[in-house]
Amino acid sequence: MKACRKSFTDELLVKAREDKDIVVVTTDARGSVTLTDFAEELPAQFVECGIAEQNAVGIASGLVHSGKKVFACGPACFYVARSLEQVKVDMAYSENPVKILGVSGGVAYGALGATHHSLHDIAVLRTFPGMNIVLPSDARMTRKLVDILIDYPCPTYVRVGRAGVPDVYENDDFDFAPGKAVKLLEGNDLTIIAAGETVYHALQAGRLLAAEGIKARVLDMSWIKPCDEQAVLDAARETSRIITVEEHSRFGGLGAMVAEILAENPVPLKIVGIPDENVVHGTSPEIFHHYGFDAEGIVKTAKNFVNSRN
Amino acid sequence: MKIEELVLQAERNRRRLIDVVYAAHAGHIGGDLSCLNVLTALYYDVMNVSPDKVKDPDRDRFVLSKGHCVEALYVTLESKGFMAPGVLDTLGQYGSILSGHPTIEVSGIEVNTGALGHGLSIGVGMSIAAKMDSRPYRTYVLMGDGEQGEGSIYEAAMAAGHYHLDNLVAIIDRNHLQISGNTEDVMALDDIQERWSAFGWDVIRMNGDDMADVVRTFGDIDYSCGKPHLLISETTKGKGISFMENKASWHHGVPTAEQHSMAVEEITDRIKELEKRIS
Repeated sequence: MKACRKSFTDELLVKAREDKDIVVVTTDARGSVTLTDFAEELPAQFVECGIAEQNAVGIASGLVHSGKKVFACGPACFYVARSLEQVKVDMAYSENPVKILGVSGGVAYGALGATHHSLHDIAVLRTFPGMNIVLPSDARMTRKLVDILIDYPCPTYVRVGRAGVPDVYENDDFDFAPGKAVKLLEGNDLTIIAAGETVYHALQAGRLLAAEGIKARVLDMSWIKPCDEQAVLDAARETSRIITVEEHSRFGGLGAMVAEILAENPVPLKIVGIPDENVVHGTSPEIFHHYGFDAEGIVKTAKNFVNSRN
Repeated sequence: MKIEELVLQAERNRRRLIDVVYAAHAGHIGGDLSCLNVLTALYYDVMNVSPDKVKDPDRDRFVLSKGHCVEALYVTLESKGFMAPGVLDTLGQYGSILSGHPTIEVSGIEVNTGALGHGLSIGVGMSIAAKMDSRPYRTYVLMGDGEQGEGSIYEAAMAAGHYHLDNLVAIIDRNHLQISGNTEDVMALDDIQERWSAFGWDVIRMNGDDMADVVRTFGDIDYSCGKPHLLISETTKGKGISFMENKASWHHGVPTAEQHSMAVEEITDRIKELEKRIS
């Protein structure tokens, strides 16, 4: 159990010791991002912007334009709302490969409420040309992601949660590459596609379903954009039913993306996400349970789906 | 360059500008005209830039934060050889590489701008990078006065003061008019000198309509004073075309054929006079 944000910043510090062009920009969020060690050890590579996300993304863009490898870090909810225009213009439109690390994304802030949730980020950022979106599923994948991103030439948004997450991957022996899904479980009765923290629950659900004789394929679609369309098409052809599970609005996110791919090759699809309502108050696990993002909820959805004969 | 030669160059750019906006049937000519002197001074006298070193890490950086006045930048870049002949004539045409706001498709344009209130933050990032790497380049950001309504500018102003970015020069093209009318009626900002001083900036007023004052003011900047610099450039919207001066309606007005001829005549007369005087 390690928080992805900590895995991210630990690896970034290791890399930044060797590469002085790596710069971290933050917005009074060194604590919440877990950047205190970085700021203390490498102050010359650390730019504090105060509580000013628009300025942070603009400064990050100016730094990247001048040859720096910049990670703008802070709460996801603010970077994809307050500074959205800077992400659109200064990063995406300008083809400026700033990397944003949005922490405590989705409903990770739990009972702090909707001001601090980010359940629209995938929907919005998917429409920005060239923008990459990654929701790593555990600490090991997050570490690999940092290694990829340092010299990655595209503007990229990374969303991680807050708390420690269980391991999806038991070791580093897995392939993780831009735009590629990772197949966690093989199966042909249905496919469960998840990203970010829902991946662990999807994997658990797949194991529970297997124990009941339902063979679910589980895909880790953490690199959401560009999307691994072939993995979706293969799942449609080989498993004939697909469930998507995302810590995001049901509109415009992972499920919608899969639906767009399936539009020309339709198979039954269930999208598990946040419906068109203000999110119920509760901790992150309580909210996950409420909307059926946990293993219990996914198993229930899967069984109903498989038994529905549609 | 001598002041008279800079004035002549600005008039030649003004002459080109009126043709470009007339042909494209679009543009923000009022603000183009008010900032043309500053652009001419920057590109011909102040900045270390040239078409053969657009990627030189030590080149000075320019960011047109008031991106809607891109036509003034285009004619300046064209006159300096950044743009191949003919390219600017495609402005407003289907498939042109040129946009109605600055685009990095054009050699010499550093960043895409056009959404107001972005340029200064980017300039702060460029200036911090120069400090980190001990590079000598300076960053110049040109903003509008109406643009001062955007809150993100003050985030950037705070940061520039905080980091003592004396390698950063911001210029406000203070022509007193924005699209809806007088800036003081839309959202008062006559206290900009005090505001920017409070953020820790070295604030200097200049007469942006007077090339000699523009050149002198840029020349007097103390780049080691530990403060970022703000030049409040007092200008006239529509400067240099008599019937456009000080009229908000020329914010993005397009001249008729008759108006185009009148403007060309005015500017051409001044160019002839300057050429005679200089020779």
